[in-house]
Amino acid sequence: MAISRPSPPPARTAAAPSGAATTPAEPAADLRVDLGGVTLANPIVTASGTFGSGREINQFFDVNRLGAVVVKSITRHPRPGLPTPRMVETSGGMLNAIGLQNGGIDAWLAEDLPWLRQHGVPAIVSIAGNTVEDYQVLAQRLRGVEGILAVEANISCPNVEDRGTVFACRTEATREAIRVVTANLSVPVFAKLTPDVTDITAIAASAREAGATGVSLINTLLGMAIDAETGRPRLGGVTGGLSGPAIKPVAVRAIHQVHQALPDIPIIGMGGVSTVTDVVELIRAGATAVAVGTATFGNPMASLEVLEALPDWLAARGIDRVADLRGTVQLPG
Amino acid sequence: MSSQITPRGSDPQVFGREEGPLRAFCEVLGAKRVGSYWSLTFVAPAIAERARPGQFVTLAVDVGGATLRRPFSIASVSQQGPWAGTIEIVFSGVGQGTHWLAQRGKHDVLDLVGPLGRGFPLPNRQVPALLVGGGYGAAPMLYLARTLGARGHRVDVVLGARTAEQIYNTIEAKRAAASATFTTDDGSLGTQGIVTDVLDGVAEHGRSEVVYGCGPMPMLAGVARWAADRGLPSQVAVEEAMACGTGVCMTCVVPVRRKGQRRNVRACVEGPVLNGARVDWDAVRSPAMAQHELDEETG
Ligand SMILES: Cc1cc2nc3c(=O)[nH]c(=O)nc-3n(C[C@H](O)[C@H](O)[C@H](O)COP(=O)(O)OP(=O)(O)OC[C@H]3O[C@@H](n4cnc5c(N)ncnc54)[C@H](O)[C@@H]3O)c2cc1C
Ligand SMILES: Cc1cc2nc3c(=O)[nH]c(=O)nc-3n(C[C@H](O)[C@H](O)[C@H](O)COP(=O)(O)O)c2cc1C
Ligand code: FES
Repeated sequence: MAISRPSPPPARTAAAPSGAATTPAEPAADLRVDLGGVTLANPIVTASGTFGSGREINQFFDVNRLGAVVVKSITRHPRPGLPTPRMVETSGGMLNAIGLQNGGIDAWLAEDLPWLRQHGVPAIVSIAGNTVEDYQVLAQRLRGVEGILAVEANISCPNVEDRGTVFACRTEATREAIRVVTANLSVPVFAKLTPDVTDITAIAASAREAGATGVSLINTLLGMAIDAETGRPRLGGVTGGLSGPAIKPVAVRAIHQVHQALPDIPIIGMGGVSTVTDVVELIRAGATAVAVGTATFGNPMASLEVLEALPDWLAARGIDRVADLRGTVQLPG
Repeated sequence: MSSQITPRGSDPQVFGREEGPLRAFCEVLGAKRVGSYWSLTFVAPAIAERARPGQFVTLAVDVGGATLRRPFSIASVSQQGPWAGTIEIVFSGVGQGTHWLAQRGKHDVLDLVGPLGRGFPLPNRQVPALLVGGGYGAAPMLYLARTLGARGHRVDVVLGARTAEQIYNTIEAKRAAASATFTTDDGSLGTQGIVTDVLDGVAEHGRSEVVYGCGPMPMLAGVARWAADRGLPSQVAVEEAMACGTGVCMTCVVPVRRKGQRRNVRACVEGPVLNGARVDWDAVRSPAMAQHELDEETG
């Protein structure tokens, strides 16, 4: 019987951090990227909600090797989340309905931020709310706090003041939520957008008008699964967010459209990334940095493995700087 | 910061630190059928060394479209022999991942993460223990029975399932415990009924002072309530759908009451073993629980 190895062991994970055995003839590719005024050591980051605040995955490797850790979205108050079942595996991905369970901003500042700082992890803080005031209060709480590289405003959340319509589905709601965040912070702000809209470039433009440094693309797509036998929804929350390899083409499309429309703004790209070629695909579409999300569930070392594969991919093609790859899609005509 | 280590120095197939879970590429040492279950034993010295009864491992499966690992309780551990250390899982074929696993054989190499989660706390006094296993949940119970037995505890085991062939390893149950009692829904082995029907008699005879359980959620709810009614402490290994198994996704939560408040705790890191008296069983909404309610509505 053939040896089955769902994913190959990473080549150099076990090597000592410095003094690697090989002496490269040429200098290694420059992996640094500029994320709207802050420099990441490399373009590989984590997708919010798939990496906690870094502690758990740090059991497998030093998470400070990543370009940044984007932490699980934090809300103004602790949230218990939705009833289980909270996930359903689907072909090429999964649906989740977590309901933003988290301990709230106070607990995060007291417990998680000190850990991130102590371990030298570049942290991008994701915040989420259901009112404009929620975003404002969260931004104010983060103002001047040390150890925060950037803030990602997850505005793919229902706006209770607008009959539950997701902020990032409307240009005006996007502007209002992002304005109160950017007005209160001096670090770069990224607006995290849902792909479930007719024209994502219009939403990205309104985030930009409200002072966002850039955008994070894409959040999950809204989906649903029903048990054929019982007729019951398979998620406690009835509908949920689709993620994983199945959504990568949607991510590539959204990143491409926004980069074509707004070539000057940095983009954190995500959606179904699990290999180094996925990373390259999103960068060619226009991503500045690329987040690994659901792939971490299937393999806790997925983000490190794509990071370690990136220099070889670039070197084999004579590319010196990963930043040069950005937006290099070769369109016909 | 603690530095990254590879246990056993040069083994490039193992990743992790000096404690906590590891990711390891492990060779299958043996594959066999036990009743209606499958058993896979892996050469996994580093995982075996740190494993405790009640902990689990997750396995990557190579089936079309599946991106998530499959979680399985550790059913036995051996730290001796020419392979230095092995772990065993016992499972039933329920879907594409477990059917794929059932086709694995000797020398296949699989991608494992573990040991994960919090195992069964062991009593610090030598009290008699009552162990209740349902379906494949019997396998980790027998691992616990051997561990408690080696520490000098009296152990009484109750195993339940739908039919005789779903009672896991009756011979091993009798060997590992002072008494072994079986229940089946159809009466094809032991007492016809469910495990809670026989607990009073077994507990009285064994003078049980602590109760452990592993099996379907409705069974655990029954065992935990039975123990609470008699003032006995219970520790049960719960099962919830898990996307990551490592604590980062928040899919696997179980409602637990602590200090008068209900909290959703992650079964994969704060469990899977939880204090049975603290779980808010009425609020548990796992698929198994929903199915159980449906059966009761329609049945
Ligand atoms: C902590 C823990 C320990 C477990 N120990 C054992 C064991 O020792 N032996 C055993 O036979 N089974 C065990 N299970 C259940 C086992 O993980 C599932 O039967 C298995 O994942 C089903 O995979 P599948 O691809 O065959 O089924 P499918 O139904 O095709 O799986 C689809 C998805 O649902 C998930 N899923 C399906 N059933 C379950 C379930 N009962 N619990 C959690 N997730 C589920 C799968 O992981 C997968 O993501 C355990 C589950 C947990 C959470
Ligand atoms: C279980 C789960 C939880 C998530 N939680 C959040 C969250 O709290 N905030 C957020 O902005 N995005 C959240 N996301 C979306 C991811 O950050 C990401 O945008 C999406 O999953 C697409 O990437 P992927 O396919 O690589 O996972 C979550 C995704 C999953 C699967
Ligand atoms: S399975 Fe992801 S947190 Fe428990």
